[in-house]
Amino acid sequence: MAEEVKKQRPPLDPNSAKARLGKIAAEAYSSAQEAKARGEMVGWCSSNFPVEIPETLGLAVVYPENQAAGIAARGAGERMCEISEADGYSNDICAYARISLAYAKVKSAPEQDMPQPDFLLCCNNICNCMIKWYENLSKDLNIPMIMIDIPFNPDYEVSDAELAYVRDQFWAAIHQLEELTGKKWSEEKYKEVMEISGRTSRAWLAATACARYEPSPFNGFDLLNHMAVMVTARGKLEAAEAMEKLLSEYEENHEKGVSTFRTEEKYRIMFEGIACWPWLRVTSTGLKSRGINMVTTIYADAFGFIYEDFDDMCRAYCKVPNAINLEYARDKRVKLAKDNKVEGLLVHTNRSCKLWSGFMYEMSRQIGEECNIPVASFDGDQADPRNFSEAQYDTRVQGLMEIMEARK
Amino acid sequence: MYTFGIDIGSTTSKCVVMKDGTQIVGTSLLVGGIGTKSPAEAVRQALENAGVTREELAGVAATGYGRNRYEDADYHVSELSCHGLGAHHTFPGVRTIIDIGGQDAKVISLDSEGRMQNFLMNDKCAAGTGRFLDVMANILVIPVGELADYCARAKEPAQISSTCTVFAESEVISQLANGVEMEDLVAGICSSVAGRVASLAKRINIVPEVCMSGGVAQNAGVRNALSEKIGHPILFSPNAQLFGAIGAALYAWEKKQ
Repeated sequence: MAEEVKKQRPPLDPNSAKARLGKIAAEAYSSAQEAKARGEMVGWCSSNFPVEIPETLGLAVVYPENQAAGIAARGAGERMCEISEADGYSNDICAYARISLAYAKVKSAPEQDMPQPDFLLCCNNICNCMIKWYENLSKDLNIPMIMIDIPFNPDYEVSDAELAYVRDQFWAAIHQLEELTGKKWSEEKYKEVMEISGRTSRAWLAATACARYEPSPFNGFDLLNHMAVMVTARGKLEAAEAMEKLLSEYEENHEKGVSTFRTEEKYRIMFEGIACWPWLRVTSTGLKSRGINMVTTIYADAFGFIYEDFDDMCRAYCKVPNAINLEYARDKRVKLAKDNKVEGLLVHTNRSCKLWSGFMYEMSRQIGEECNIPVASFDGDQADPRNFSEAQYDTRVQGLMEIMEARK
Repeated sequence: MYTFGIDIGSTTSKCVVMKDGTQIVGTSLLVGGIGTKSPAEAVRQALENAGVTREELAGVAATGYGRNRYEDADYHVSELSCHGLGAHHTFPGVRTIIDIGGQDAKVISLDSEGRMQNFLMNDKCAAGTGRFLDVMANILVIPVGELADYCARAKEPAQISSTCTVFAESEVISQLANGVEMEDLVAGICSSVAGRVASLAKRINIVPEVCMSGGVAQNAGVRNALSEKIGHPILFSPNAQLFGAIGAALYAWEKKQ
């Protein structure tokens, strides 16, 4: 294994992108708590619901998926999963859903609290488990659920028929929310949000694309932390500014020949799947200790949305990674792998996410062939720590490294 | 020059002493793997068999799940690479290795020079591993080493689930209760393991020659069923369980070269 170079880290500069992004991520919860305290309605929102809608309407929303990831990363995934399992939810169901349903019941988790919802915003462009999860929340809490159905697209492009189907639902959701909350849609405000969201997304995607430099100016695991802002706040001005700061820092790192990957970058890999949050340190250390930098992942880029108008926005939400067919999904990953010169692919077979993990057997084979890189996969879970074995992970990562080493 | 390989697995510890990267001069194989006294005893026995002292070893490589806990090694190498090296040393034409160990199954593809090109491993389920056979042998009160003999006498192999060890255990018990012959049950069990591993193997491009390594390679019932399911003959060596340790000794030798 590579020797990790221990360096004294300077205190975090409050003007750094890391500090600013951390503050924005924390404020996503605190500002919703404050809104709740003021008597405003608060929504729970799925991660790929068009955030531009609540942002334009000025509604406070929080994200159960982010909360579940935070709870799991802070060690309480199993405790929360067991609560919902005791209520009859199968442990085969997504662990984010189990944690969220448990939270709706017990209404407290010191690892990451957030206000209880008055309405639900659900979009199934990431999975269909989401629908049942939110339906049950809606029934248990007796609150309205606003649903946007974006079906899995078997074609390569978004057809006019799909666009029309989705566009009408976006407007229906807007009108439902206007009626429910008394807030009014403003075209002027929407254009402002769209512009900021585009600005944030462009900076984010440009920052993640800095992985093309060798060595990469960042540790890919940084992206997993920073992307929380892309999920929750991409329509906010401070998010755009913080992402632009992140981009400038990465460019500066490259110019100075430094990186947040604080050891020699011997190998560059692409990571596939949602992070294994309960075992983030273990999965990160298993790579870093061998000089393996996870330079790119579709999971991070998935939250960069660039579009020019309302129809284009609808199309963008039809193209999120879990809503597109295998060929399109493969091509996007192959591009990332080639652009960023990766030497291997590590696939998280995420027991929570049947959709994503299910098509990875074949997709990872195709990516490996197309890019001529070795592929290794490991069992894990985005939030349930019981679905991971450290020894098995370690063997697979070492095996991947040994192939990459032999190829050099 | 003597080099040493130790393979500390989940259920056994194996050691090999090699001379000049070609000749095996001492071996040992003990039941008991990581966390037991077996690794130390296996080292002692292998050195004694070889008539070599620790000080005479130019290099030591550890592999297997216990590799990182073994401190007296110059190198810690994954069992994936070591099985590749060990199998290639024994069968120079081998391109695909199917390794079924105590707690996992692996399919490893090699290039013509014995370098690992890719690999696949089972998921976290115990079905399709040596543990599955241990559990079944325990229910049937048959030593696991005799499963192949029972299998050879089977007339009509029973159908046993390959989905889950616990499901399969229930099936075996209910079939026993229904009077199914022990030999037919054992053949069904071997076929179940073979079916699970064949599915894994078919996900990688199986290039002949194919060999088996790991403890389950000793079981001709699994070997024959697997050969039939993948459509290729499977090479077998009595040293199959030592391939990891042989590979580790070879790795140490290559590094010292």
